Amino acid sequence: MAEIIQEEKGKGGKKKPKKHSTHIDMTPMVDLMCLLITFFMLTTAFSKPKIMEILLPEKLKKDEVVEPPKIAESRTLNIILGPDDKVFWYPGKADPEVTVLQETDFSAAGIRQILLDRNRALFKKIEQFENDVIAGKIEIKQDSMLNAIKQLKKDDDTGPIVLIKAYKTSKYRNFVDIIDEMSIVGIARYTFTDISWIEENLVAAAIGVAPVTASGTAN
Amino acid sequence: MPKIKIHSKQPRIDMTPMVDLFALLLTFFMLTATWRPSDPAPVDTPFSVSEKPTPDANIMTVLLSADNRIFFNVDNGPDTILKFRPKILAEMGKRYNIEFTEEELRTFEKLPSSSFGVSIQDMKAYLSATDANVRASLEKGIPIDSTDNQLALWVLFSRQINPAVNTLIKGDANADFPIVREVLDILQDKNVNRFNLVTNLRVIEVTEEITE
Repeated sequence: MAEIIQEEKGKGGKKKPKKHSTHIDMTPMVDLMCLLITFFMLTTAFSKPKIMEILLPEKLKKDEVVEPPKIAESRTLNIILGPDDKVFWYPGKADPEVTVLQETDFSAAGIRQILLDRNRALFKKIEQFENDVIAGKIEIKQDSMLNAIKQLKKDDDTGPIVLIKAYKTSKYRNFVDIIDEMSIVGIARYTFTDISWIEENLVAAAIGVAPVTASGTAN
Repeated sequence: MPKIKIHSKQPRIDMTPMVDLFALLLTFFMLTATWRPSDPAPVDTPFSVSEKPTPDANIMTVLLSADNRIFFNVDNGPDTILKFRPKILAEMGKRYNIEFTEEELRTFEKLPSSSFGVSIQDMKAYLSATDANVRASLEKGIPIDSTDNQLALWVLFSRQINPAVNTLIKGDANADFPIVREVLDILQDKNVNRFNLVTNLRVIEVTEEITE
């Protein structure tokens, strides 16, 4: 880009007053501007982190007694976040005699497959709906599309009800990952509950730690 | 044969339009760039598929570092103009019988890294410190014990002074979950039930229908 300013040579001995070029060499300025633009472009484009919204059920007041909602045992799926990115799960109700924890992980063939198997009907419905929108069969605005998906989830009565619990040595990462899985698979109903001592003991047995005593942690 | 004269003059490119365009772009990016202050502790946020961008205004952030310290930050964005920060600190001071001077309130408003992890008792020393090392040594995390739950009070006053505030939780991927749970509990005690977890975008191919 650099400009070479050539001095004009006087021809044939004619005396000409030396012409000073009025051009300014802009190369350094352009260089600097390029650099600054690159810097600002990169910082604006990549610095923005994303957020994931979660809504937890309201806490009960101290002396408020509310009947806990009844849910079908057959649809219940319990997920326990364990240490070292392990995930344990079991269907139905916890029973120290009968319940066997199954271990899996956060890979695509792990917990996602398990959730997907149980949520296939709803997942297909949502997928079908999205495909129809893309294909132009259904004309709908972007924000009402989200509402329509929400409605699909609300009307669903076949998918699992997922109860998520966390063992004491699990990490924050696991928590985010599991919510992420919920949104990937399109689970309609999931919530966080405290881990019970039965489950704590089951996990402790699974990872080979001495079980905690039943007193105190029960709830 | 006539000699063909070769033009010896260098071809000259007029760079003015290019420079004009560059100047315009530069101005645009400079104005849209928001200066993000660095966090007092390094935080590697976990990944998710969520594509929702972080809001700019009306946010309070609870920062959880990998060593389980808790930092708090409120009103760090375009709404700084409304000067919520000094008001919130003054309220905190009143609760703990600590009188903050005008000077200290102003320092608090313009903290170099806007998240702070000091207990209110150490706040005066923290604000008067000029050395970054002294400041860092005071950042032991905001206490959340049930006897002296300062995080709950920060949340309470932030919401009193700016009712529109949204809650962001920015946790390190390796923070222990029980601490996160405790923070969530504290927020829920103060009737915050909607949380925004700060994550990085991870793109996964939607690999449904692996087995039919």
